[in-house]
Amino acid sequence: MAQYQNLFTQVQAVGPANLGVPLPPGHSPRTGTDLPQVHLFGRIGMPQVGPIYLGPLGIASIIFGVAAFNIIGFNMLAQVNWDIVQFVRQLFWLSLEPPGPQYGLSLPPLNQGGWWLMAGGFLTVSILLWWTRMYTRARALGLGTHVAWAFAAAIWLFLVLGFIRPVLMGSWSEAVPFGIFPHLDWTAAFSIRYGNLFYNPFHALSIAFLYGATLLFAMHGATILAVSRFGGERELEQIADRGTASERAALFWRWTMGFNATTESIHRWAWWFAVLCPLAGGIGILLTGTVVDNWYLWAVKHGVAPPYPQVFPVVVDPSTLLQGVKP
Amino acid sequence: MKRSLSALIALLTAATLLAGCERPPVDTVQRGYRGTGMELVYNPRTMAELAPLNAVPPLPEPASPDGPKAKQVFKNVQVLGDLSIGEFTRYMTAITAWVSPVEGCNYCHDPENLGEDKKYTKVVARRMMQMTNHINADWKSHVAETGVTCFTCHRGGAIPRQVWFKPQPQDLRANFIGDRDGQNQASKTVGLTSLPYDPFTPYLLKAQTIGVGANTALPTGHVASIVHTEQTYGLMVHMSEGLGVNCTYCHNTRNFKSWDGVPPQRATAWHGIRMARELNNDYLVPLTPAFPPNRLGPTGDVAKVNCATCHQGAYKPLNGAQMAKAFPELLALGGARPADGLPAPQAYATRAVLFFATGSAALDAEQAKGLMVLVSALSAQPRATVAVSGYHSASGDLASNEALAKQRASSVRDSLLAAGVAPARVLLEKPVQAEANLAGEDPAARRVEVTLK
Repeated sequence: MAQYQNLFTQVQAVGPANLGVPLPPGHSPRTGTDLPQVHLFGRIGMPQVGPIYLGPLGIASIIFGVAAFNIIGFNMLAQVNWDIVQFVRQLFWLSLEPPGPQYGLSLPPLNQGGWWLMAGGFLTVSILLWWTRMYTRARALGLGTHVAWAFAAAIWLFLVLGFIRPVLMGSWSEAVPFGIFPHLDWTAAFSIRYGNLFYNPFHALSIAFLYGATLLFAMHGATILAVSRFGGERELEQIADRGTASERAALFWRWTMGFNATTESIHRWAWWFAVLCPLAGGIGILLTGTVVDNWYLWAVKHGVAPPYPQVFPVVVDPSTLLQGVKP
Repeated sequence: MKRSLSALIALLTAATLLAGCERPPVDTVQRGYRGTGMELVYNPRTMAELAPLNAVPPLPEPASPDGPKAKQVFKNVQVLGDLSIGEFTRYMTAITAWVSPVEGCNYCHDPENLGEDKKYTKVVARRMMQMTNHINADWKSHVAETGVTCFTCHRGGAIPRQVWFKPQPQDLRANFIGDRDGQNQASKTVGLTSLPYDPFTPYLLKAQTIGVGANTALPTGHVASIVHTEQTYGLMVHMSEGLGVNCTYCHNTRNFKSWDGVPPQRATAWHGIRMARELNNDYLVPLTPAFPPNRLGPTGDVAKVNCATCHQGAYKPLNGAQMAKAFPELLALGGARPADGLPAPQAYATRAVLFFATGSAALDAEQAKGLMVLVSALSAQPRATVAVSGYHSASGDLASNEALAKQRASSVRDSLLAAGVAPARVLLEKPVQAEANLAGEDPAARRVEVTLK
């Protein structure tokens, strides 16, 4: 009998709260012992909420993060004359802009980019503190630090966009604004200024890893759901002790494409594809403007961009014909 | 009940998210080599909506060129004096139908004395006739043999439907928080994007460089900021909206800067931008004092032209109808254009003075040569710095003139940076008195001084 399955977990395990392993000496205690069980959370994950571990790093990170969020939010609110209705209406258009090109890397006036610099600085501190927290929390549980390093790959792209590349270019104005549509317009303008980012091979690699990661995730998720009737979602047990679920999943892929990943290697594949997406993307952004000024011309030079037959009569840039007329 | 409620919510959400989209189907026309994405997308419903707006009005029967000249019969006929009385009357009747069909002749003329320049509208109309003649005679690179008439812009209204004013500058109050930086507002001028909402002042009034891409694969000193790129992007969005075409109407899909394999329309558009800029600076801005305050923009500037003023959503105004052909006598007239000669730049090892065109912050190539002596002096003295100060002439309003003076200084700074001078060695210095002459338009006042320190 066919069964309809959706995103939500069908069966919830509800039992006494799990407080986790004891903490090593020198760690602050976890927050919350009387732990609620939320049915709706159970629909998408674990119904138990907490215990949470904030610690000094977590608290500092939240303080800096909230400061950055407020600087951005209040600037947007001030831009619409403190009108809440207009704030909601124009929210997607509003933005906190980096300093103008005339300021270079110097400290701009507060309202002409100073707030941006401050928000960016606070946000960076917040994210780095949160990263450290990811690292130390994984270590405290005796885990590997894979999550922290995957997060670091995203932080790399964030820092390239907002800090490393602007510093190398000698201007804060090269950085991304904090706004929904404005950051998209920045992206388009960035591509236009540097001769079409699609000819940037690292951009291409980044996209390959992005789509590759979604493909791998779909394949893996589907495989595990498909063998869950044989206990396939108990992956760790399947790694240590190959059971019938793993066997069938592996055989399925050998049947259909002649080769299969193992229960362990599929996670290495997925991790590297996900991590290489921002890693390669960050390299592509970093090279843009610093090492390559026009990716299209770069691609022509290296035989990446093919020549196409002329369809129109040859058109010459009029500014090269008319002396004294500036393009 | 619960299911139908969630279905309703899903439907409403979908409707809200799609509210900004155009309904399919749209027509796609391939115009470049296959596989390159050189396609034009047209929405047949938008086209149908625009068709009546771009319809040509009935044209009058030709008049006889014989008979006495208009200047012999009427008084104060400064532009059309050489037309025959028949041609002249026919043209006046046509203008009335095109510009003031409701108000009639008296919109411009004093009924007591038709020749007198009593109403400002008559003064403006005369200048606009000169402008039309100038476009048809000297801007064939843009309007070709089709030419323009009053109707191209006016379409039956005293004020063309699509003109632009400088936007009201944001009230920054104490300049503490909330600077919008002239962008991030759903403005129709830039197609509701968050791009800078005045793309016209820098390009169609001042002559900021439009091309932002580099001409070499690797960096060779080309400077164009992202802000500058977004301004250009905003202008391009306006052109696209104003003409009802995609980027690919003029550009190839691979690189906006490249002229390789681009449609010939790009060259036409290139001249169009320069035409709009010249018309604004030579014809419309000088008319500012003629207009009553209620006809001026929020900052007291005159209504100016952009691409949409003539095109009004069509790839060619009136979809290319050759209206001006019905008035051959007018196509023969040229318009007077004020000359704009600049003094030669002053080039010394410790000081350079460079001159600028009226209302422009673009450094002319001839003027830029005046920096050469100073640049070589700078490379010989690695510890020396230069101060760059911009000046403006006395005509026009002070605030925008001061901004112009600053922009002039910035463009000289850009030239110095492009010549390889380190940014730290170039200081912008506000002069004590940026206004360099007391009144009027003095070419020697529109300058930037660069001094070695």
